Amino acid sequence: MNVLNSLAQASYRLLAAMRQPGRGTSWLVGILLVVTLAMSAANLLLPADSPFYVSTYTITLMGKYLCFAMLAMAVDIVWGYCGILSLGHGAFFALGGYGMGMYLMRQIGDRGVYGNPNLPDFMVFLNWQELPWYWFGMDQFWFAIFMALLVPGTLAFVFGWLAFRSRVTGVYFSIMTQALTYALMLAFFRNEMGFGGNNGLTDFKDILGFDLQADATRVALLLVTTFLVVVTFLVSRTIVQSRLGRVIVAVRDAEARTRFLGYRTEHYKVWLFVYSALIAAVAGMLYVPQVGIINPGEFSPLNSIEVVVWVAVGGRGTLYGAIVGALLVNYAKTRFTALMPDAWLFALGALFVIVTVYLPRGLAGLFGRVIELVHRRPGRGKEQTTRDDGLSVAEVGA
Amino acid sequence: MNPINHFAGQARELMRRDTTWPFLVTRRRPVDVSKNIILYLEELNVSFDGFKALNNLNLYVNDGELRCLIGANGAGKTTLMDVITGKTACDSGSAWFGQNIDLLAHDEAEIAGLGIGRKFQKPTVFEAHTVFGNLELSLKGYRGVWRALTARLSGTERDRIEEVLSVIGLEDVRYQLAGALSHGQKQWLEIGMLLAAEPRLLLVDEPVAGMTAEETERTAELLTSLAGKHTVIVVEHDMEFVRSIARTVTVLHQGSVLAEGTMDQVQNNRDVIEVYLGEDA
Amino acid sequence: MNALLHKLWSVAIVLLLLPTGSPLAQSESAGTSAGSVLQQLTEASLKRTGELIGQLEQTGGAEMRPLFEVMLAGELYFIKESKQIIAITKTERRTYIGRDVFGEATLGEFTSREIKKIRVNNRLRSQLRETLARIDLLHGSKSAQKQAVLAMLDDLNEQNMRLLTAAQQGGVDGEVARLIDLAAAMVQLRDSRVSEERLEAIGVMSGQLEPAVRNQLQRLVDDAQEQDLAVRAAAQKALDKISERIEFFGQLEQLFFGLSLGSVLLLAAIGLAITFGVMGVINMAHGEMIMLGAYTTYVIQQLFPGAIAYSLLIAVPAAFLVSGSVGVLIERGVIRHLQGRPLETLLATFGISLILQQAVRSIFSPLNMQVVTPNWMSGSLVINPVFSVTYNRLYILLFALAIFAALVVVLKKSSLGLNVRAVSQNRDMAKAMGVRTEMVDAMTFGLGSGIAGVAGVALSQLTNVGPNLGQSYIIDSFMVVVFGGVGNLLGTLVGGFSLGVANKFLEPSMGAVLANIIVLVGLILFIQKRPKGLFPQRGRAAE
Repeated sequence: MNVLNSLAQASYRLLAAMRQPGRGTSWLVGILLVVTLAMSAANLLLPADSPFYVSTYTITLMGKYLCFAMLAMAVDIVWGYCGILSLGHGAFFALGGYGMGMYLMRQIGDRGVYGNPNLPDFMVFLNWQELPWYWFGMDQFWFAIFMALLVPGTLAFVFGWLAFRSRVTGVYFSIMTQALTYALMLAFFRNEMGFGGNNGLTDFKDILGFDLQADATRVALLLVTTFLVVVTFLVSRTIVQSRLGRVIVAVRDAEARTRFLGYRTEHYKVWLFVYSALIAAVAGMLYVPQVGIINPGEFSPLNSIEVVVWVAVGGRGTLYGAIVGALLVNYAKTRFTALMPDAWLFALGALFVIVTVYLPRGLAGLFGRVIELVHRRPGRGKEQTTRDDGLSVAEVGA
Repeated sequence: MNPINHFAGQARELMRRDTTWPFLVTRRRPVDVSKNIILYLEELNVSFDGFKALNNLNLYVNDGELRCLIGANGAGKTTLMDVITGKTACDSGSAWFGQNIDLLAHDEAEIAGLGIGRKFQKPTVFEAHTVFGNLELSLKGYRGVWRALTARLSGTERDRIEEVLSVIGLEDVRYQLAGALSHGQKQWLEIGMLLAAEPRLLLVDEPVAGMTAEETERTAELLTSLAGKHTVIVVEHDMEFVRSIARTVTVLHQGSVLAEGTMDQVQNNRDVIEVYLGEDA
Repeated sequence: MNALLHKLWSVAIVLLLLPTGSPLAQSESAGTSAGSVLQQLTEASLKRTGELIGQLEQTGGAEMRPLFEVMLAGELYFIKESKQIIAITKTERRTYIGRDVFGEATLGEFTSREIKKIRVNNRLRSQLRETLARIDLLHGSKSAQKQAVLAMLDDLNEQNMRLLTAAQQGGVDGEVARLIDLAAAMVQLRDSRVSEERLEAIGVMSGQLEPAVRNQLQRLVDDAQEQDLAVRAAAQKALDKISERIEFFGQLEQLFFGLSLGSVLLLAAIGLAITFGVMGVINMAHGEMIMLGAYTTYVIQQLFPGAIAYSLLIAVPAAFLVSGSVGVLIERGVIRHLQGRPLETLLATFGISLILQQAVRSIFSPLNMQVVTPNWMSGSLVINPVFSVTYNRLYILLFALAIFAALVVVLKKSSLGLNVRAVSQNRDMAKAMGVRTEMVDAMTFGLGSGIAGVAGVALSQLTNVGPNLGQSYIIDSFMVVVFGGVGNLLGTLVGGFSLGVANKFLEPSMGAVLANIIVLVGLILFIQKRPKGLFPQRGRAAE
């Protein structure tokens, strides 16, 4: 009885949260759910020659984009709301991915090329005799998930604690995070690390007993990803709308003032950083079974900084902006690299410059301004009601 | 007495229900002002690359006093505030808050928690938040991360914010973003944030810069009314303003105290005339 | 019997050569007069070739040196029809270009059917090496003599010893004399049966770094047949001393490698130190400025293929101008619009770095380019057999220091430097005093980028020149600047060298990658202790 009651309470709160005012939040969740459900149905129920059939490739592509959207949210929470520009979130993403990859690797069992039931192929290839200690337990799904969260979380905590305690901020922090992911990339490239070196982990067969190549599994993965994106979105929105969120924005705009009011700003930053790293790790975990490979290239600083441009394009300081930005830029990337591969880096580079110089609030800002122009009514004048929009008016006005 | 019994006894002592482990006890201690002095600064020295910003500075402030600090640029006024609030570490000397709290052992956030509030020279408010939101964040209370996540505004707190709003005269713009306020309004808001935090000691750096004559008058009234319940230290260049509020004035010069007394005493002080007012006269 | 024949042969050859008058005076005549012996080379068996080499050495002496060298390189051929001996250079396209053995004249192209190689085997090769050594010892310059003695240390047969003694009596000094004494000691240790003499020989050999000495002593220590315990103990002691010295020089070499890496880091970071220190702008395209400098070097070498020796001298100012003007463009076009927003500047300049990389990829190619090292920069300065420094690293070290000194002078003495320092300390005040801060910003950025370009010229001599050249340096450079303290050139100098040395000293024990990681982690921890670097700027202005 009690359980039912609290469940009802929880679902009511969820619904209430979704109905809360705030531009472009509820409709985004709605569209995401409708689109992915429709895609799934079209893939599973329609015959392959139907004009509305959605290929499994598209399903996987969508799943990949949504993982990126989640990663973008993670970056947005620290950068858009707290002003901490992390150029190393790819590291947390990849660590989560490696955790999942290790589980999937163990699931292969004796179906590998060498047929060794205890060792993954690359270890047999390297003449290893037994599993390294950190691989133990990774054949258990729950343990792998736990480790895939624990390791990036701990790394984020230690790194953040060291950095924020000694008040490393701004570009210093950004470069340190970049160095972090760079160092991890170098480390994971080494064969001796026991993570497959250059080639990484791949050739996965199944997850929790379901065949990874099957359409149904792909669709299920997409749905799980969508669900987690929505959950992350709602939880993050709750956080940024709480007093905690307001303290975080205060830290972004005037850290010294916040500190002189008695807030331990470093604590706020560390926990936010850990939260964000965990989201990135979850995104990585969802990413690996869908694309079927994880290798040290995911640690490359370029990957991490690309995430930042997704957020910048969508509009930082708005969660839905991060999602929209990630989807748009990645769609453009897929298109561009298919049509003219050389031009993509030019386009990406130009995107960096144009967005930072001309669109500091990204598409969300542009959108907001358009809405404002359309809806401007006499009498409202200067009054602002958008207290949840995390960006300073001064920045826009100036 | 066998060792097992002995350890059991110790363990029982450790688990006693009527006591708490020392590290669980909050370190928030009320400031002890039994000697009627709230701030002791003795032999403070701060130097930046050879330049002595503070030079053997000694200053005592009584509880409930309204003290004005004046002095030329570079006399060490802002540095002094930095040392009190923990922003700048001093090379030598001691700074005590009341009888029992060593300020040099705490950092900014702890010092703020102890009840020392500060208004910056350049008004700093949270521009992305509304006036109301600014005051809400400044309210006295716990500052922990988890507490902030679940915090809801209580009725008393809301009343307190309304009260502060009416004191600083920003009721009409309470839902406006602070970034859109005028310079003078930001000054008021920052003072309001100090009030909301209910500190024992207020450090106010140039409160009337950028204010109209009328606003200046109101600020003077406000600061005078605060004295008594709070202790207020004001740094100001506007001599008229200082004259209107000050009971005791301290003149800083080259990092140390040059003179102290009422405005008239100070103005007639030979040293002060020579180094500070002398230029005007 | 054989020996007699040998003698006779040589006499015959001398007689044969006599009629042409002062034989072998010129390479031309050498070709013709020693012709008959040379002709025999075309038909000789391998064994016979060995004998012929001996004869040629006796008759021709130093004049025959080019022939032996060509033979040793395996480039000696003859034309099947005329039996003429020629040197052949094989090209990449599998054609054969002939040239005169004794001169520079080219003889045109040949096909593989027209010519036949004069075969050499390992035994002949070592004979040739010895022969060359002898020629050098008797006729060569001082360094050639030294090389010759060193070559002989590996094979101290009687003939060589005679040569060495002869050379010593002929009057040699310094290094060569020491080496000959060493050779004598080695022979004495080997041949003598008298304990005192052998101990004396070991005394001479103790601490000498030549590999032959070490090998001989090691053999002696390992030799189970050796009965003389005193000698063996002395040999062990001498070996220990040698290893000690080798270790010392090994450390010295690490230090040099560290300094060399440090000089590279310094070159890469110093431009960043200016832009970041003065303008507070972190230029992520800084690495690409370095890359542009390296490509400028490449282009200049392509434009003036005849002047490789001077190419670097031209490339330094050219690279400064190219990278500098690109820097000014970036400042005017992008960074100016982002003043006071360091994080956005970081992102925008990162975008620029992507564009520049891709541009280079499209214009040149994604592959690495071949930048030629001029002769004066190749080779190495041999200080002793276990320690030598390559000239390119040495010159780059000196170059980095020179650039640093020049920059310090510019910042301290010139009016631009005064303006730059003023802006870096208090931008608003400088503006109020009439400093054209916009102009200063552009110039500062140009200067920093230009120096990065110059660094690229130096780097083109050490690493591959490719589109990714710059990328790998941006993090390292930033670390150097942060470690040294922002806005402090001396800090950058100390930071660069200490990071370089730390890296190289960690490398042998834990490998390059791990050393890199440890330095990074160490730096992160260092910033905990001293957030403002080694040489912080203090004061209220720095807050």
